[in-house]
Amino acid sequence: MAETAIPYVVKPHPVTGIPNGKFGIWLFLASEVMLFGALFSSYVLIRTGAPHWPPSGGLSSDILNVPLGTFNTAVLITSSITMVLAWASCKMGNLSRFKMWMGATVLLALVFLVVKYFEYSDKFHHDHFPSHDNFFAIYFVLTGLHGLHIIGGVIVNTYLLGPGSKLWASDPEHFTNRVENAGLYWHFVDLVWIFLFPSLYLL
Amino acid sequence: MTEMQADPHAETPEQFKKHLSKYYVVFVALLCLTAITVGVSYLRLERPVAITLALIIASVKAGLVAAVFMHLIDEKKVIYAVLLLTALFFALVLTLPSLTVFEHHAGMPGT
Repeated sequence: MAETAIPYVVKPHPVTGIPNGKFGIWLFLASEVMLFGALFSSYVLIRTGAPHWPPSGGLSSDILNVPLGTFNTAVLITSSITMVLAWASCKMGNLSRFKMWMGATVLLALVFLVVKYFEYSDKFHHDHFPSHDNFFAIYFVLTGLHGLHIIGGVIVNTYLLGPGSKLWASDPEHFTNRVENAGLYWHFVDLVWIFLFPSLYLL
Repeated sequence: MTEMQADPHAETPEQFKKHLSKYYVVFVALLCLTAITVGVSYLRLERPVAITLALIIASVKAGLVAAVFMHLIDEKKVIYAVLLLTALFFALVLTLPSLTVFEHHAGMPGT
């Protein structure tokens, strides 16, 4: 029985002008914008309705660890360039270079999560749970959801780094497209953090 | 130049190498803008000014990531169309809280 190939995984679809996978990831990211947008909108509503923000007094920067947040921002930005360099290595036909940059991306994502773990631990140690007040409720929801996205990215990127990279041998273009799609997702996760960091830590 | 020739996918590895420098430039710009955001926060500006400034810097950073790392500067029309629709709905979602504020000030029932 002849194998049926999935169409337009490499070649652009005649209607959209791009491969189906890339169109799919952009539609997914559009839905993600609405997910984070709704939560961000809730944050604006809660914050503008509060007589003081944070409700417990002082400044957000007094409650959250700004140096750690800044460090994590730098970590995510660095992981964005390592991700784009991983894709660029595929485009230049260099699989070992791809593995180096993708490995760095996964490692940086893990660093981000470890730092977040220490931040959360410190808050829990001081009995600052989501139920403490609206500030911590919105902080844990937004950073928690973002953290879950980081974990999702780590899983996909680790797959591409490991068993997924076998595709390179049989269809390098298809593999490169997969890396590009994973990259689009990863940059979006970075982009969300670019707004979360000043909104939660600094303002 | 036809659309297919403009597509970076059509470039040879040697031609593609020329694009790498812009990724490094954006990377440095993003780190500098992060430092500026944090630095400005220590100036203890009036809150509306601080919020406006921080969101402008964040938007510039997001624009750089989207334009260069996500290649939106040179994408197909269908993606721009999807993003335009998304931006409209995103703006709508963000303005919803202001409707609630108006309702509150008007003293409508249930507020």
